[in-house]
Amino acid sequence: MENIFRVSDLRKSFQNGAETIEVLKGISVSVDRGEVVSVIGPSGSGKSTLLRCSTFLETMDGGELSYMGEKAVTDVDGKAVYNKNLKQFRKYFGLVFQNFNLFPHYSVMQNLTDAPINVVKRDADEVKTEAVALLKKMGLEGKESAYPCQLSGGQQQRVAIARALIMNPEIIFFDEPTSALDPELTGEVLKVIRQLADEKMTMVIVTHEMSFAGAVSDRVVFMDGGVIVEQGAPEKVLGDPEMERTKQFLKNYST
Amino acid sequence: MSEGLGKTCAIFFLTLLFALPLGIIVALLRMSKNKVVSNVTRFIISVLRGTPLMLQLLAVTYGPYYLFGWSVSRKKLIPVVIAFAINYAAYFAEIYRGGIESVPKGQNEAAEVLGYSKFQTFVRIIIPQVFKRILPSVTNEVVTLVKDTSMAFTVSYQEMFTIGKQIANSQTSFLPFVVAGVFYFLFNAIVDFGMGRIEKRLDYYKI
Repeated sequence: MENIFRVSDLRKSFQNGAETIEVLKGISVSVDRGEVVSVIGPSGSGKSTLLRCSTFLETMDGGELSYMGEKAVTDVDGKAVYNKNLKQFRKYFGLVFQNFNLFPHYSVMQNLTDAPINVVKRDADEVKTEAVALLKKMGLEGKESAYPCQLSGGQQQRVAIARALIMNPEIIFFDEPTSALDPELTGEVLKVIRQLADEKMTMVIVTHEMSFAGAVSDRVVFMDGGVIVEQGAPEKVLGDPEMERTKQFLKNYST
Repeated sequence: MSEGLGKTCAIFFLTLLFALPLGIIVALLRMSKNKVVSNVTRFIISVLRGTPLMLQLLAVTYGPYYLFGWSVSRKKLIPVVIAFAINYAAYFAEIYRGGIESVPKGQNEAAEVLGYSKFQTFVRIIIPQVFKRILPSVTNEVVTLVKDTSMAFTVSYQEMFTIGKQIANSQTSFLPFVVAGVFYFLFNAIVDFGMGRIEKRLDYYKI
């Protein structure tokens, strides 16, 4: 299987005044093409930081990171050294945020097309046709000229997913994509993600939706305290976990 | 007095022409990661905001004479506009800075992940949102500027208020001041109307 994304021994600390907080204590994850990996764990376990390091929004302290087998970050004597040309790696991934982060001054259409047309310099007509098709697929037909403020949270998140998809990434990261939504709106977003999973889109999903993680993923990673406690098939990790900490977390979650 | 009105307009428009863009540069220097640059800029801003505009007008107009013995220019418009532009740039810079810092970090992050360069993010994503956010504060400053133009009388620049004062003195009448007041008020009514139109035009989205 072709490897899309790999981190090994990822370490990251944050400075809080004089105190150093170690958020990630040597995380290794590898994702192959077509795989859907869910990352679960309590708040503060480092899930989001893992995604933010993977998408270069945070700088890792140590460890290695590669996309498509190319090294973006190399470990030199325990220190992370970044490739000088990070831009070439950004085209490999997309990121969907918890708070959508759509551009409020752009219409739905512009949110999708601005980067492909003005940053990647693709043909405008081609991009627009693609955007219309993507919006249709997301169930957002007819919303092309709407502005984000006129949409529900669920609709905004689907626009955000379409905005990530139109860049043709090899892998999409989701950072708690339904956590900012009303419970009745999570369904429509999860449905879209499930549809992408069926199409064999490579995805890493940080989520608190356990049943969704179980249904959609090929692998579930359970993190706690900056380490991966356990990972494996969803029925194993969620149904019959080996580690005590995983059992405890799932038990607290179901009650 | 109509001749003075033209000069008042000249101060007003030239100040905006220079101060609005200069403010961007000052704001960026103020937000520089370089501590020396940002602290020096902060100090200059605090001097410009913390001392009377009248004093700054005198300093720019007569300072070169006292410092270097240069003769005071007959074209008073130049020092007057320099003083106004620098002073207003300091105020605009702080408004811009507040606007830029109020744009959520997520906007930068979303743009970064989509491959926008820093410059593209600033121009395409941040600036348009800043513009909407700061418009009411900018309107405030512009309205103040209309009235502040009258301070040019301290260096005897022949704008509306200076002429009004001269006429009032020669005719021992208060009427020229009333006329001047009406002019400033009408001027600002136009400013309010124009800025209101721009604000309305930006109503199509919410932040």
